[in-house]
Amino acid sequence: MRVNFTVNGRPQEADDVWEGESLLYVLRERLGLPGSKNACEQGECGSCTVRLDGVPVCSCLVAAGQVEGREVVTVEGLADFAKQRSCGTGTGAGACAGHTDATPDSAPQGVSLDEAKAWAARPQDSHTGEGAQLSPVQQAFIDAGAVQCGFCTPGLLVAADEMLERNPDPTDADIREALSGNLCRCTGYEKIMDAVRLAAARQGEAV
Amino acid sequence: MSSPNGVPTKITQGSGTKGGIGESTLRPDGTLKVTGEFAYSSDMWHEDMLWGQILRSTVAHAEIVSIDTAEALALPGVYAVMTYDDLPTEVRNYGLEIQDTPVLAHGKVRHHGEPVAIVAADHPETARRAAAKIKVEYRELPVITDEASATAPDAIHIHEGRDDHHVGHVAHPNIVHRQPIVRGDVTRAAAKADVVVRGEYYFGMQDQAFLGPESGLAVPEEDGGVHLYIATQWLHSDLRQIAPVLGLPEDKVRMTLAGVGGAFGGREDLSMQIHACLLALRTGRPVKIVYNRFESFFGHVHRHPARLYYEHGATKDGRLTHVKCRIVLDGGAYASASPAVVGNAASLGVGPYVVDDVEVEAIALYTNNPPCGAMRGFGAVQACFAYEAQMDKVAKELGLDPVEFRQRNAMEQGSVLPTGQSVDSPAPVAELLRRVKAMPLPPERQWESSEGADVRQLPGGLSNTTHGEGVVRGIGYAVGIKNVGFSEGFDDYSTARVRMEVVGGEPVATVHTAMAEVGQGGVTVHAQIARTELGVARVTIHPANTEVGSAGSTSASRQTYVTGGAVKNSCELVREKVLDIGRRKFGSYHPAWATAELLLEGGKVVTDGGEVLADLVDVLGDEAVEVEEEWRHRPTEPFDLRTGQGFGHVQYSFAAHRAVVEVDTELGMVKVVELACAQDVGKALNPLSVLGQIQGGTVQGLGIAVMEEIIVDPKTAKVRNPSFTDYLIPTILDTPTIPVDVLELADDHAPYGLRGIGEAPTLSSTPAVLAAIRDATGLELNRTPVRPEHLTGTAPSTD
Repeated sequence: MRVNFTVNGRPQEADDVWEGESLLYVLRERLGLPGSKNACEQGECGSCTVRLDGVPVCSCLVAAGQVEGREVVTVEGLADFAKQRSCGTGTGAGACAGHTDATPDSAPQGVSLDEAKAWAARPQDSHTGEGAQLSPVQQAFIDAGAVQCGFCTPGLLVAADEMLERNPDPTDADIREALSGNLCRCTGYEKIMDAVRLAAARQGEAV
Repeated sequence: MSSPNGVPTKITQGSGTKGGIGESTLRPDGTLKVTGEFAYSSDMWHEDMLWGQILRSTVAHAEIVSIDTAEALALPGVYAVMTYDDLPTEVRNYGLEIQDTPVLAHGKVRHHGEPVAIVAADHPETARRAAAKIKVEYRELPVITDEASATAPDAIHIHEGRDDHHVGHVAHPNIVHRQPIVRGDVTRAAAKADVVVRGEYYFGMQDQAFLGPESGLAVPEEDGGVHLYIATQWLHSDLRQIAPVLGLPEDKVRMTLAGVGGAFGGREDLSMQIHACLLALRTGRPVKIVYNRFESFFGHVHRHPARLYYEHGATKDGRLTHVKCRIVLDGGAYASASPAVVGNAASLGVGPYVVDDVEVEAIALYTNNPPCGAMRGFGAVQACFAYEAQMDKVAKELGLDPVEFRQRNAMEQGSVLPTGQSVDSPAPVAELLRRVKAMPLPPERQWESSEGADVRQLPGGLSNTTHGEGVVRGIGYAVGIKNVGFSEGFDDYSTARVRMEVVGGEPVATVHTAMAEVGQGGVTVHAQIARTELGVARVTIHPANTEVGSAGSTSASRQTYVTGGAVKNSCELVREKVLDIGRRKFGSYHPAWATAELLLEGGKVVTDGGEVLADLVDVLGDEAVEVEEEWRHRPTEPFDLRTGQGFGHVQYSFAAHRAVVEVDTELGMVKVVELACAQDVGKALNPLSVLGQIQGGTVQGLGIAVMEEIIVDPKTAKVRNPSFTDYLIPTILDTPTIPVDVLELADDHAPYGLRGIGEAPTLSSTPAVLAAIRDATGLELNRTPVRPEHLTGTAPSTD
């Protein structure tokens, strides 16, 4: 079958999709977007979390046919999505002036805040990162040391970004509840907590 | 054949930044990992690729009567089906130490989920369906599942005709290896004991549960060889096992590390490597194999479950008189790392305490249970769970504070281990306990505060099972000892290639090793070492592959020590060459070139007094300086097979935990409120990464304390919970805050004084949680994990 849907703001057409394929499979194997990860294929680990019409879902549990005509945001589109949201268009569908090459605006990068400074990290550039437009939550994950193997990271980023959209000033218990569907085996979650607190604090400072 | 998508590329970090050792430099691959661009092995893709699938045994122990592949081969889209009979050479087994593991089952299967046949097809679902159409007829055999059934006089030998180097010193061919440790005179010492405490403990089977399932892409090459892009812990160990099975010389099996989604020991053994290569060579097409989670539970070895029998004696004044213990590890159907796990369990079986009179015996069994091997902590974890439970029991008998009792018996620098080995670097066991005890405690009975209960922070959490009623708090302590590096005489070396040249008007160092970056941050540390040693800002990390010499395994807490040591050593050699060039070019301009100690700092050659002699850009000019060298830590020696005496370990690592738990005694729900850790790391090369290792290791210990266990049916030896629905690992809701106190006491034998850190926190975490639950409930709790039924008295008596 053929499936037409929007991914990260761009219309996409997937051909020859077998009816049993998941959204995750179509993203990874047919659309060349392997950022969403497959770690359990039964909705337990959250590594494949994407936004489907704004709602965080495990893309492994969404049949490809279900996304016909709908909007998907993956980790690959998270920076643009956050940028458009900060420009006030919210759902990721609208345009933000010069959004593809604008300088950082409301998302201060590499600024550490006292509230979130339990760690002693300083941001660094890498050639692959130089000039990369990251969303606040992506930058915070790097700065706080929340990334080790990184396999859980894409799903956690999408889930954390969605939580901060709903709840810009979360308590620790709020963060834990919102991210309880995303397994991480490397970090023990402490640096993930630091990262989300940091992203929230920077977001608060930017307002 | 064209290059696949997802081939790892060089990563350059650091223009205009410092980030030398001791700084919390950020990961060079961090941006790629948060944008989704970082290619893991499961993301590898080739336009012509086929998908491989493995058919696994549905029974644990059986003779294979017949295999019929005709229907599978007839399915449209299927390109190849292979069984044992299709293997290309006479080398049909592999293994880390003992080559006892069949690439594909031959005549017999020895555990549930053993590979029997492999399929390549043009869609993963087609491959799965084809595998399901292969007809295998089994004649089932009785299953061997424990020590009694393994060592019974009439027990079937799991491996007929064993001829490995351990078979001569074991009492039964179903025992893989036995290591006793005998020191002093236990009988005489026991006579001096005022109290003697005995205990029997059970440690459940834990899974590494790395999130990135086993996967890789094998690409056939024009010269008849194959290029394997793979997630592994040790490229060269894989290569040594793969090449003979394929019938290829090692230089025709090229290996590149693809992105690795965690490891924790579970990627030390081969999984799908040979299968993907076989199918690629058979079909002439690239073949990708990706396990799903179900298959991953069958596709790698687990942590050995263990039964442990301990006897501790002590005098009234709180001094240990003697320890006797027997540790029975279930190695499952194949040897994997069992012999080395036995060596660790035995040599570290008494813990970080001074005991002159010791009798230890550790064995690993062959059974029909799932194969067990390496997992973070490697034999020391099981022992620590039991000896720390014993330490609490003895303290209670003596009426002593459990921390005080431990401190009275704690080893220190210069103490002699039961192996006769003197601990010749700092061993701050008592100090770590003091520090972890001194940390402030989290507030009690918060549900009685004016804000009321937040159920999310209570046992049962969002299930809303209590608002504080029936909840009691407990506090427990534990400390452990882990060896660092490969032990028992293993030639544990690493190789680093370091190149320095001017690129774009700036001196750049390139570090090329075969080290498996599995998430631990070794690549960050390599860049930091290069900056510190070579005075450059910009460092390029070359992808890990077999074009450079072996880096050894990313395990045993060894990579920062050994490959870090190799990078440091190669950097020092590069520096000498650069200084030689400088002396040749500029030596006549300044006498300090000949007389002073020279350093490379900030892109310049400087004297130890800080005087700048030359810019590195001018010294190097168009020249590139490159060194590839092997580096070794000081050698170890095997343990004596009768007495266990020997200089077996190169370094030790210590951590202590304090656990605070709240238990709903009515429902048996446990909430770990806080899990504080103090650890000596020697020197924190990257403080942020050190915390990440300690906190991550701590939570894996929490998992085996209260939830994680692979359940194997004792009647059938079949795995009952191979999924993340049924095998639970801690979520962020199950995880407490983890305050960490890092101590840095240099080990003068190690590069920068560092100590391997990855495993020690996984040891003491589990017994600290157990001790806290015992403190809260008063229950004995001799097994881990503890489930609600163990706390409510409703567990079956066999459990």
